[in-house]
Amino acid sequence: MVKVEDEIIRKRQRERARVMALLLGAFVILLFFITIAKTGMNW
Amino acid sequence: MPAMEMTNPAVLPADWRDFVALTKPRVMSLVVFTGLCGLLAAPVQLPLVLGFTAILCIALGAGACGALNQWYEVDVDAKMRRTAKRPLPAGRMSRQSALHFGVGLGVFSVLLMGLATNWLAALMLLVSILFYVLIYTVWLKPRTAQNIVIGGAAGAFPPLIGWVAATGHVATLPILLFAIIFLWTPPHFWALSLFVRSDYAAAGIPMLPVVAGFESTRRQIFLYTLPMAASAVAPWLLGLTGPVYGVSAAVFSFVFLVLAGRVAANRATQPKDMEAEKHLFAYSVFYLFALFAVLVADRWLGW
Repeated sequence: MVKVEDEIIRKRQRERARVMALLLGAFVILLFFITIAKTGMNW
Repeated sequence: MPAMEMTNPAVLPADWRDFVALTKPRVMSLVVFTGLCGLLAAPVQLPLVLGFTAILCIALGAGACGALNQWYEVDVDAKMRRTAKRPLPAGRMSRQSALHFGVGLGVFSVLLMGLATNWLAALMLLVSILFYVLIYTVWLKPRTAQNIVIGGAAGAFPPLIGWVAATGHVATLPILLFAIIFLWTPPHFWALSLFVRSDYAAAGIPMLPVVAGFESTRRQIFLYTLPMAASAVAPWLLGLTGPVYGVSAAVFSFVFLVLAGRVAANRATQPKDMEAEKHLFAYSVFYLFALFAVLVADRWLGW
């Protein structure tokens, strides 16, 4: 029972870490493009 | 460790999908759409990435409202069939997680809005979040049947925020857009609350049908539809939009009035006999989408 519980916890932690990594990556990219737009550079 | 404790979902880390559910994505879609229309109707065009960020911030702010609303109303949600399966009442997430998520999302959305667009838009976003959480959820909703009337202001902010994000100032048209949503909210929610009245009564929420009865609510729905229709055609009458918007607004509002009239004439007390109310509720969602879509088309195409 404890093993099953542990597996569920690990699985959820892995999934949440993956989603968090994706969101942080997207945020960094968004900040980059906001900076470009705010500084008036036009590619 | 006792088996009960091991199988209790509250001790598990919440699934990330439950955090998404906490933001009420379906409600968010209307907020995002009206915010986008406010942004697109503005005479100043933001760079694409800044416009995207402004809408993202409005969506995240709405998500924060949803999360904080569910954090505060967990006991009420547990009593209503419609909301009992949400992450908190179903025990899939701790209240503390919901609170931290809601506050974090709200602060993040306001700061990002200020940095990406302007601080007036950020201030308006902050006011709308605080209004929804403190004035509507905490103060009005459990106390007065007028909760929806005053609380509707929180949902009316997005087009105003979208406009201010683009231009940096407030003008007549976005104030009228605010008024349209503000006056649309009571007939929209009261139509719903008529056919889910027993849920609200069981949860002790003083919605108008619970406090004032069916007949009074139906009359109020029709009476609120009149100023809503007037505010919908006002942008055209004031020369702020073209005739395509004006004629569309008049036709859409006329249909709304007819459906509200059918509701006013209905005497049913059982949800299964409330087809008129269900039609009005469904049409009210279409009405707001269609009205704002035509407004943007009118402004962009210069009809």
